[in-house]
Amino acid sequence: MSNLIKFKIDGRDCMSEKGNFIVDAARENGIYIPTLCNMPGVKPKGSCRICTVRINGRLMTSCTTPVADGMEIESNVAEIQDLRKSIVELMFVSGNHFCPSCEKSGSCELQALGYLFQMMVPRFPYDFPVRKVDASSPKIIKDQNRCIQCKRCIKTIKDDQGRSLFAFRNRGHRLEVVLDKELGHLMTDELANLAMKNCPVGSIIKKEIGFNTAIGSRKFDHQAIGSEITL
Amino acid sequence: MEKSVKQIIEKYGTAQTRLMDILIDTQELLGFIGKESVNEIALALKMSQVDVEQTITFYHFLSTEPRGKYTIYLNNSAVAIMYGQKAIKETFEKEVGIKFGQVSEDGLIGLFDTACIGMNDQEPAAIINNRVFTKLTPYRAREIVRYMREGKDMDELIHESFGDGKNHLPSLRSMVSSNIRRKGMILSDKYIYGSVTKNILPGILPEAVIAEIKHSNIRGRGGAGFPTGLKWEFCRRAKGEKHYVICNADEGEPGTFKDRVILTEKPELVFEGMAIAGYAIGGDEGILYLRYEYRYMKEYLEDVLMIMRKNNLLGENIAGIDGFNFDIRIQYGAGAYVCGEESALLESLEGKRGEPRDKPPFPVEKGYLNQPTIINNVETFATAVRIVENGGEWFTQFGTEDSTGTKILSISGDCMFPGVYEVNWGFNVEDMLDMVGAYNVQAVQVGGPSGTLIGPDEFHRTLGYSDLSTGGSMIIFSKQRNLLADVVLNFMEFFIDESCGSCSTCRNMPEVMKNKLVKIISGKGVKSDLTDLKSWGKVLLASRCGLGQTAGNPIISSLKNFHHLYDELIQKDKEFDQGFDLESSVQRACKYVNRVPKFHHHE
Amino acid sequence: MSKPVIATTSLAGCFGCHMSILDIDERILQLIELVEFNKSPIDDIKTFTKPVDIGIIEGGCCNSENVEVLRSFRKNCKILISLGECAIMGGLPALRNGIPIEECLHEAYIGGPTVQLNKEHILPNDDELPMLLDRVYPCHEIVKIDYFLPGCAPRADLIWDALVALITGDPLKLPYEVVKFD
Repeated sequence: MSNLIKFKIDGRDCMSEKGNFIVDAARENGIYIPTLCNMPGVKPKGSCRICTVRINGRLMTSCTTPVADGMEIESNVAEIQDLRKSIVELMFVSGNHFCPSCEKSGSCELQALGYLFQMMVPRFPYDFPVRKVDASSPKIIKDQNRCIQCKRCIKTIKDDQGRSLFAFRNRGHRLEVVLDKELGHLMTDELANLAMKNCPVGSIIKKEIGFNTAIGSRKFDHQAIGSEITL
Repeated sequence: MEKSVKQIIEKYGTAQTRLMDILIDTQELLGFIGKESVNEIALALKMSQVDVEQTITFYHFLSTEPRGKYTIYLNNSAVAIMYGQKAIKETFEKEVGIKFGQVSEDGLIGLFDTACIGMNDQEPAAIINNRVFTKLTPYRAREIVRYMREGKDMDELIHESFGDGKNHLPSLRSMVSSNIRRKGMILSDKYIYGSVTKNILPGILPEAVIAEIKHSNIRGRGGAGFPTGLKWEFCRRAKGEKHYVICNADEGEPGTFKDRVILTEKPELVFEGMAIAGYAIGGDEGILYLRYEYRYMKEYLEDVLMIMRKNNLLGENIAGIDGFNFDIRIQYGAGAYVCGEESALLESLEGKRGEPRDKPPFPVEKGYLNQPTIINNVETFATAVRIVENGGEWFTQFGTEDSTGTKILSISGDCMFPGVYEVNWGFNVEDMLDMVGAYNVQAVQVGGPSGTLIGPDEFHRTLGYSDLSTGGSMIIFSKQRNLLADVVLNFMEFFIDESCGSCSTCRNMPEVMKNKLVKIISGKGVKSDLTDLKSWGKVLLASRCGLGQTAGNPIISSLKNFHHLYDELIQKDKEFDQGFDLESSVQRACKYVNRVPKFHHHE
Repeated sequence: MSKPVIATTSLAGCFGCHMSILDIDERILQLIELVEFNKSPIDDIKTFTKPVDIGIIEGGCCNSENVEVLRSFRKNCKILISLGECAIMGGLPALRNGIPIEECLHEAYIGGPTVQLNKEHILPNDDELPMLLDRVYPCHEIVKIDYFLPGCAPRADLIWDALVALITGDPLKLPYEVVKFD
């Protein structure tokens, strides 16, 4: 208890335990900082950059930066919000995100961020990259068109020996997240369900069951992402 | 074959942190790391196959497909192209009968592009089976292919004489030239190797070594300019089971080659600097992280280390100082510019993809294997020896107040005498151009593609951490060069190829910016494209590492300093043009259905 | 003061966005009070007969005719709105963008599993037919578009609110429920 420290987000006084990451500390104080690659309980990597905040004029990711005593954090300010919106738009144009035909639509976190930032059209030109769909696993479909390379599946989906079922392939603009052929064949239903659940977009889709949530009752149909956090 | 990979695994052990060494040796042994090898390595290291492959596919010189008995990696940097790389490339393609990126059907020859190989002062250059070929001409390219077909071995492929300096040594036998054109305290021949270790260290405490380094005000020579003394002090104070000294010899910034020269001519100085650092921070293990492009120095550098061990400059109780143990091993990169970023370098050292880490924690607290680690540039270690020899105070007489000492510049491009020049900080660009014999200069790229492109009205500026900061790369472009098409575009392609891809910003934005640049160069640009580029480039500042943050600099910097070049290209009579052209976009479909396109131009 | 004039068209779309316009229900009576329709499938006026204030585009561009219609809209309308996912980003027709056009044509007319009657492998190439583009283009990659209303189809409330805002000059309210991409 004695480890409580004080800091400010957009001028608002906040308190949290020392060592907490800014994004978690903000949540405790009823402030939502948008995230995409971050998952509670999983070591952060700061790869999507959506949770960027400004501290002392420097841009930092709030999922990887611990709060410090007296820290003054800028989050919900026009410039930072526009930066986040740009990043969301960049993700939309860099993949093939056809929301109307995607099973994850309505529960997709990337789409939900598009809603949050009221993205009417991305400011960047669409790339329409040529991407593959890997349906070789009996349990899941890995659709590269929709992948945003957030690493969530890489970090969380492992077999009982601790081996990763997913991994990166290539680098830079050609970066992909691919499924291990062998382990993908041995995948259990539980792991497949978890993989689909942990994927923030529709890149990992469980086979043989689909569109089982009616339009209107999906996660973000009526409620904005992060609205449960905001005081 | 299985047995050999097995032997490699036995050599390095089954810790996942040595995966890079295993992969590099396997690649060299078999020419690729195929399914069977991946499976064997994955089983031994208890990893999934995709996990092994994600490291392979990150590095340019590792491959899951065969790359040919002879593998030609031809440099495609801007300066190489200025010196005729295109003709060499065409010759290779014509002679081998394949395109770059392919391997001949008989598996004999593979042709691959590669980013700057640190030979900008002797382009066009290529790496063939770990040997460097410089100053290539179409004739030589033809001849080399013919010799390959005749089955000649690597030594027989070479007609050139050895380069200057130590390049003739039996352990190097390299046609690379060091081209040292100006010596200062580091490149000087006056220092006797080992004298600081033997004569000074026994009488000085580690804290005092750090104090001298701090007093000298030396800042990191890699480009970022962090005060070296502070780094060493932080690391010494950090708690850990072990402290590590890492030398960053991954100079990948196009146009930089001074570390290659220092390591060729003064490796003892660098290794001694690492040992001194080990003494200062209380570490007994040093690693030289050497870019794979310099693999040709392997035997030579191992020899130097062996001699130093023999002379008790490395090993146990060095120079008779009880408990001063320090040794150095060399670990290689495998072709990834981003590994020059210190935390990416650590990831690579640990056998992983070179993706920069989130900071904090900083490497001085949690570095290699999560232990306190200093990572310094080759030049920084070499300089540290002279500082400890002569004292921090002595050092401050060189250079300027905020940039003390000397800087070794790699100067290339349009000048009479490209090569390596050691100058005092505070040198101005005008003098530099006069020094190297550069005339009719249009622009100078200071600090490589991630740095700044400046024109004549800024040539009065000086080199230093507070004005023109540079890790050492200086590329000169004369008036006849097409800066946007031949330089800026080339640099953008470099960043696109070399992004690790971890951050969404650096993975995607350079491509978006490049596409816009191509549109402008092709004459389809409009005024709003320029404002777009300016504001879009800012998104990159949200990237994790310095390399990502500067990945748009070629465009951002040229937009600022060479705005007129863009202005000349954009369409004056149009507000809107996204580059769409109806006539060309129907060509393919019409051709396929056998139809002549007709357009109703009704107004 | 004369009423603002509206024109609409459906390019490479499914008319779903037009259905959504009709989905404003009884407000359509109000709309008729507020505006006058010109070229539009809603009133079946085929060509522009006067300058138009607001042009509403459904669908992206997949062929030369789409491009020509879109360009004529740009020429005849003061303001253009991209209505729906297809106009904004190509939509479902743009799923073909990763596939070479030759393969698409082959699949549709020669090799596809449902192609049985076309034994002579005739590919449609009459001069009267529009020419296919190499890929499907969002409208704003061809002409300047002023406003974008996403959705598949865009919610009727969004269309209504946007039109009223444009006509009256009032600021557009965008409640969470109306901005959706599906």
